[in-house]
Amino acid sequence: MATKSRKSRPGLTLAIFLLAAASLFGIMALGKIWTPKLGLDLKGGMTITLTATNPQVDPDNMELARGIIQNRVDSLGVSEASVTISGDRDIVVSAPNVQRDDLVNLIGSTAQLAFRPVLQIAQVGEQPDSGYDKLPTPKPDPSDVGTQLPIADVLAYAQTPADAQAFQVYQCGDEIATKLDQATVACNREKNTKFLLGPVALVGERVTNAASGVPQGEVSSVVTLTFDSEGTESLRALTTSLVAKSNPTNQFAVVLDGVVESNAVVQSAINDGQAQISGNFTPESAASLANVLKFGSLPLNFEPSQVETVSATLGGEQLRVGLLAGAIGLALVIAYCFVYYRGLGIVVVGSLAVAAVVTYASMVILGEAMGFALNLPAIAGAIVAIGVTADSFVIYFERIRDEIRDGRSLKSALTTGWEKARSTIIVADMVSILSALVLFILAVGGVKGFAFSLGLTTLIDLAVCFFFTKPVVQLLGYTKFFGQGHKLSGLDASHMGVSRDSLLGRRRRSTAHAKGA
Amino acid sequence: MSTKHGLAHRFYTGQVSYEFVGKRRTWYIFSGILLLICLAGVLIRGLSLGIDFRGGTDFQVSMPVTSTTVDDVRQKVSEFEVKNLDAQVFSLGESAVRIQTRALNPEETSSVRAGIGAIAGVEAKDVTYTAIGASWGKQVSEKALLALVVFIILVMALIGIWFRNWKMSLAAVIALAHDLAVTVGVYALVGFTVTPATVIGVLTILGYSLYDTVVVFDRVTENTRGIKDSHETYGGAANRAINQVLIRSLNTTVIGVLPVTALLIGGAILHSGPLADLGLALFIGMVAGAYSSIFIATPLLVQMKEREPEQVAHRKALERRAERHQQREERKVEAKAAGDAEPDAEESRAVGTGARQQRRTHLSREQRKKQRR
Repeated sequence: MATKSRKSRPGLTLAIFLLAAASLFGIMALGKIWTPKLGLDLKGGMTITLTATNPQVDPDNMELARGIIQNRVDSLGVSEASVTISGDRDIVVSAPNVQRDDLVNLIGSTAQLAFRPVLQIAQVGEQPDSGYDKLPTPKPDPSDVGTQLPIADVLAYAQTPADAQAFQVYQCGDEIATKLDQATVACNREKNTKFLLGPVALVGERVTNAASGVPQGEVSSVVTLTFDSEGTESLRALTTSLVAKSNPTNQFAVVLDGVVESNAVVQSAINDGQAQISGNFTPESAASLANVLKFGSLPLNFEPSQVETVSATLGGEQLRVGLLAGAIGLALVIAYCFVYYRGLGIVVVGSLAVAAVVTYASMVILGEAMGFALNLPAIAGAIVAIGVTADSFVIYFERIRDEIRDGRSLKSALTTGWEKARSTIIVADMVSILSALVLFILAVGGVKGFAFSLGLTTLIDLAVCFFFTKPVVQLLGYTKFFGQGHKLSGLDASHMGVSRDSLLGRRRRSTAHAKGA
Repeated sequence: MSTKHGLAHRFYTGQVSYEFVGKRRTWYIFSGILLLICLAGVLIRGLSLGIDFRGGTDFQVSMPVTSTTVDDVRQKVSEFEVKNLDAQVFSLGESAVRIQTRALNPEETSSVRAGIGAIAGVEAKDVTYTAIGASWGKQVSEKALLALVVFIILVMALIGIWFRNWKMSLAAVIALAHDLAVTVGVYALVGFTVTPATVIGVLTILGYSLYDTVVVFDRVTENTRGIKDSHETYGGAANRAINQVLIRSLNTTVIGVLPVTALLIGGAILHSGPLADLGLALFIGMVAGAYSSIFIATPLLVQMKEREPEQVAHRKALERRAERHQQREERKVEAKAAGDAEPDAEESRAVGTGARQQRRTHLSREQRKKQRR
């Protein structure tokens, strides 16, 4: 702008810049938002990072999974929760002011529902708890799930000796790979009954609706499923065939994520495509199962790779300490600048203040516009940026002094010093922005917040340096205090080892002679 | 008057000057020893990876800490319903306790959380926890490594294009590698736990270290513009550049380190929170960055640059010129010895001022006379 024109007009540049800065506050006033969005590490809440464990992850499937998880979270009544995709295989769920340990299971379970004919049932005693359960990792092995067999083949499936062997050694809680086209073993939720099950007859994708409720005349909740036409047909074929068999092979089991939710003896063929799952459901667990089934099973397997809860007290503490560290850092830098640059310290304080105000306003507006939430790493990024910002002034001021040492007058040094400092500031800031950009695009988790605020503040630094610091220094050059190089201005002649006349651009022969002698 | 001049002034004009480039051997050796110590630190002591890289659950709760608290808590935790916790208990200053366990499933988490709340006498919801799957750390480090590689390629391109000098890119990246190695080494030696915050810090050093190097290179570029027509060698001009920006470099480092120190102190108040990890990594990286841009990047650049045939020819020309100059001086001395009729004092003064003026400009005497008017 002004820097390009031959005659720079510092006053005008300054006015336009301040107007632009003020307009940011105008936007804030319009939206009536005065504080930036806070991250959960600062206000308390729960952050769950789910990582897809499938070898191949399709972006479309990630988007689909995100939508399903968002639906599940919303239906759980968790307010203000955000579900975002991070990188190519992470989904981050942030739920403020929530402390529910079961949330991880509710939102991350795959919900792979299957109907399988029962081949064998056995009661098992109480298993000793090994205590070595992993974080909940829904099986089956994602790499090879097999293909679903036609319903006729499922019904014709006969138990093999290998199946019987597997059933014999199986203990509830063992992790096994299951395939759609093979028999499998599973336990019920209470882990007191184990089942040998035939291949999958019907999968959860065929469910068009699911509802929970307590049927008339009963006490426990059930989940009612409605199937699409293909599902209805399969269910009819399955039940028609099973009704003629003997116990226990006249039963079918509803398996959800490797657990038998319910098993039922087929009394008569089901023709209307409606099925009920009954088990030991509470109204809540029935509702959440119906919910999970209705919104569909996740197209990918997810593993909770990070679960973080921060209590509101600790969040407040972190915010306080972060801000305190920022304030101390700012104060130290300002003190140093006053000691070293004396009067020019005022320019530093002014510029940093303007940068801080613009940064704050940008964070508030961006928080609203693109969901940028201020978290602890972001505060750290801003604190680090104080150094980068102040350094731009150091480069500029040192350049002015260098120019004066080279024998220029203060007036011309202000101009040439800027011209030379300008390219240094640009390239140095570009390196900083580049690193922020790379970090933002490639990194995971909190690094993103850090990179964002570092990049944002560096951009603001460039703007402040060009449209605030430079015009202000130029204007101050007109004043007597700075323009005449007062002792406390940071621009006095003796400090830089030049004569006062050289500083003020006066060339008098008498002084030149006096010096020479 | 000259005694009153600041140090900055003396560095700028060359009254005080250090042979950064000339004594590069000494500094290379120093850097080499430093790197060896760091390497030994990593190899012998190893990096202590945080829970984020191992997988597990980390509980934190506020409670007053006395000398017996840690043992008490460890004892009580071992009596929990959930068995084989592999619990490690640490005190965080005097007001909080951290308990790290193996990876827990949600039910176990609830139970342990409630148990810890009972020990501390607070509600379960006031117990903060972080659960990390075993693959998380791998994912974080893989991404960080990718970011590192992409950044180095991009920044080499940026420096190469901006300064039109690929040797600068190479020298800057070597200096960067030095900074990263030193930071990692110090982490191993100090025994600080490596957390994702550390990774952030290390990645930020990339930007900061190069920022410093770029400022020095900017000055080198300026000083060596038109070097072929000057009396300076590339090395001399580069050394002058370092001396000129030395004060700025010190200022920058101090100004950059001040807020980071605040971060470190703030983190210490919070007890090894992410702020302290970040602060330490940045602190080391910034100091190393300032050091390497002066003692490694620029001397390396000079070494590479002076091998160019152009610069070799330039140096030869300067040598020849210096020889001729010396011969001329010798002849002058001989001539002076022959005719000693003139008064000594007057002549020495004339020669003195004459020589000084000649050094400053390469204008002829006539031109100088004109200029003086």
